[in-house]
Amino acid sequence: MSDKKDRIIELKNAVIRFAGDSGDGMQLTGSLFSDSTAIVGNDFATFPDYPAEIRAPQGTVSGVSGFQIHFGDMDIHTSGDQADVLVAMNPASLKANMNWITREAIIIVDTDAFVEKNFKKAGYDENPLTDGSLLGHLVIEAPITTMTKEAVKDLQLDNKSAQKSKNMFALGMVFFMFNRDYEGTFKFFEDKFKSNPLVVEANKKVLLAGYHFANTIEAFANTYKVEPAPLKKGLYRNVTGNLATSWGFLAAAERSGRNLFLGSYPITPASEILQEISKHKQFTAIAFQAEDEIAGIVSAIGASYAGSLAITTTSGPGLSLKSEAIGLAVMTELPIVIVDVQRGGPSTGLPTKSEQSDLMQALYGRNGEAPVIVIAATSSSDCFYAAYEASKLALEHMTPVILLTDGALANGSEVFLIPKVASLPEIAPPIVKANDPDYKPYKRDEKKLNRPWAIPGTEGLRHRVGGLEKEDITGHVSYDPLNHEKMIKLRQEKVDRVAEYIPELSVIGEKEGDVLVVGWGGTYGVILTAIEELREEGKKISFAHFKHIMPLPKNTGDVLSKYKRIVVCENNLGQFVNYLRMNFPMYDYLQYNKIQGLPFMVAELKAHFNSLLNE
Amino acid sequence: MENIIETPKLALTKQDFESDRMVKWCPGCGDHAILKAVENVFPELGIPKENFVVVSGIGCSSRFPYYMNTYGVHGIHGRAAALATGVKLANPELSVWMITGDGDSMAIGGNHFIHVVRRNPDINILLFNNKIYGLTKGQFSPTSPEGSKTKTSPQGTYEAPFNPGELVIGAHGKFFARVVDTNIKMMSQVFTEAAKHKGTSVVEILENCVIFNNQIHALITSRETKDENQLFLEAGEPMIFGKERDKGIVLRGTNLEVVKIGENGITEKDILVHDPCTEDSGIHVMLASMMPPEFPAALGVIRSVKSHTFEELVWNSVEHEKKTSKLKNVDDLLHTGNTWVKQ
Repeated sequence: MSDKKDRIIELKNAVIRFAGDSGDGMQLTGSLFSDSTAIVGNDFATFPDYPAEIRAPQGTVSGVSGFQIHFGDMDIHTSGDQADVLVAMNPASLKANMNWITREAIIIVDTDAFVEKNFKKAGYDENPLTDGSLLGHLVIEAPITTMTKEAVKDLQLDNKSAQKSKNMFALGMVFFMFNRDYEGTFKFFEDKFKSNPLVVEANKKVLLAGYHFANTIEAFANTYKVEPAPLKKGLYRNVTGNLATSWGFLAAAERSGRNLFLGSYPITPASEILQEISKHKQFTAIAFQAEDEIAGIVSAIGASYAGSLAITTTSGPGLSLKSEAIGLAVMTELPIVIVDVQRGGPSTGLPTKSEQSDLMQALYGRNGEAPVIVIAATSSSDCFYAAYEASKLALEHMTPVILLTDGALANGSEVFLIPKVASLPEIAPPIVKANDPDYKPYKRDEKKLNRPWAIPGTEGLRHRVGGLEKEDITGHVSYDPLNHEKMIKLRQEKVDRVAEYIPELSVIGEKEGDVLVVGWGGTYGVILTAIEELREEGKKISFAHFKHIMPLPKNTGDVLSKYKRIVVCENNLGQFVNYLRMNFPMYDYLQYNKIQGLPFMVAELKAHFNSLLNE
Repeated sequence: MENIIETPKLALTKQDFESDRMVKWCPGCGDHAILKAVENVFPELGIPKENFVVVSGIGCSSRFPYYMNTYGVHGIHGRAAALATGVKLANPELSVWMITGDGDSMAIGGNHFIHVVRRNPDINILLFNNKIYGLTKGQFSPTSPEGSKTKTSPQGTYEAPFNPGELVIGAHGKFFARVVDTNIKMMSQVFTEAAKHKGTSVVEILENCVIFNNQIHALITSRETKDENQLFLEAGEPMIFGKERDKGIVLRGTNLEVVKIGENGITEKDILVHDPCTEDSGIHVMLASMMPPEFPAALGVIRSVKSHTFEELVWNSVEHEKKTSKLKNVDDLLHTGNTWVKQ
């Protein structure tokens, strides 16, 4: 056996996809590989791809669960278009992923699972390993199940438990392939299965068996290495979008001195936020799992009235149910953040897939003139800052804020530079002091036009709010026609003026020229990658990405005016482009849309932009 | 030596709670009397006036917060229970009162109603039951008797009504009382009991709507018939009623029955004695179900059972976590799990 060091190939980046039956533990395998990627110092992004059903029929294509990681020695903004390495634990996972791997991808399969009955379940007529369909691929055939059982035979586990760790065999093989150290993973086993030393032992043995197997069979012509990425100095961790969102709120509560109150109802793909906040009562964060979506937001409005940083979390169908209550928060001018983790719609749609199709609902989906601030997180780690900023804007401007994320950001993960909470911008809500003689419920701040926040329990500030139209300044119920028009304009103006408190739109590339690519929210990473690659190839193309939707950044019109052609890319039929058309009708807009429940791919964006540039 | 902490008597009066807004309910509406009763009760509870929060949903009764000088939120239709839960969870120090009607809490807000009762936060719910939709001008409600002819049921309704007491008890409610809008004294007494009860208390007020459902409760409330049709329950007292106080309730087999004292050998000793505090809800639900003409309507506190409150459990958990968690602030949290340093 030659020294494997002689055969190490350095890669700039690589994409690995772990795929198996939804009970095969592929998500854990992927996240353990991510952890080891972090230790190596690569930048990376991940994306899980799992079925809506918890356990779809075993062995079928609909039951395949996948986890993709893209890592590199440079800034990584996406989880990767197509995988360079596919681990397929059964025929169904091979079949489900053939479109998601490169033509030269290395495929690792568990040959024990490649048997007649599984071919049928997966919809193969013949054994795909022998029918020539994998021509061009390097296929590593490993009897993973058999060897896993063999590795733990001394431990006297029952058959089922013994097989359970076969995912670690695959992980061991990939660790060898990428010259990874497994000590960190061993540490994970020790922590995770503290109460069950047998399981710790089994997982270690199986992982090592996989590692040594890969070394011994010499099936890999080469092993690979990806050097550390030039990330900024500091302390890093891996976060999913939902985790980052949760922590952004906790940070905002701490920084604003308000207790966090989350009123919510479980819904895919937003439930993890409710689950995460539920864990943190030590920060006086209260997570109230309500009886439905409506009670979720209405309880939050109650908590907001009582002085909390109040939030509610949901996905598209839940946002529909919350519409009336958002109107109440608009009228009562109470701070609240509504998180919509967008998924494929309409109706129940594609619960586990991602889309950007709730934009119009967020902007306008209410009765009456009911303006709210709308912001959209741009990456999994940006969810932290977006949640923080949404809270700051809600509290300081006394208005509902809708924060749009999406399924891809929520479940995808990326490297996160851990900030110090004290370094985040100050949050100063307009809380009224006891017995303030000048207090009037709807007397506004001259600059922000927000109303003051008088919190129950405070002496001398008793007042009533509600959904009926309010008289200017006093807040009494008023049916006066002119007062109504005035209040409508004031509420709109209050939201419009937020433009003074958000960053201007920045442009990557030439500040004026031929083509400006525009995106918003969760598509940032993939569009940026496409633009960076094109620019490296010498193409002249610029990119502006929107995080702030309502209001738009002040310089939006200026930026748009500088380019001959504007192409707006989004995962819907063109909701943002139409919003721009409405606000800036003087420009022509091209659009590029994809509505398949899947993120854009870098390659398809590049191809489209290239065709534009070549016109 | 025992430390006795006396709550200083707050020198509050009715005027402290009267708002300067013009009360716009119809003349003769039961709401006026209920408002008076509440204004009688609030100053007597020993609670600072800035600690009251009155919330409501939508309907005639739900205008109530505007007519009280307290903190208040007039919410959206059916959702007062969720609003109240949020206020109380966010600040358990507040005395939260929820004003609702039979449409607001039995129809559009039915879901929230049963869930707030099940969770048992310390909220006082006043349910104005006039068995009709008043604000939308005369459609039937979920408590309208079957066959009621209204604007949307010209041939009479085809559906069985809810009895709020049965719903409360069915949802594991700990406190249910019933009063009539014609008796301010009774309302004041029972509202006070409700306020003192720790946990969700539901008081059903049999209320008249002069415009759209006039005299709906006449059998129970009219001068001529009330004595024979009202049974005011008091803890430890036999269930005796009637102008001559000669009628009572007995349990025969598994059913309640009206008997006459002195007839068929019945003496006062045979009459059921009211125990609102018993955990077993069997008799309570039977009492709540009683209605004329067969039975008198049970009034007063029908059920009052001690239990922990929702916010108590939540906040005990908060205190416990604060004491025991290793995470003292969000910076600690951000550093949990796998982290790595880039030099």
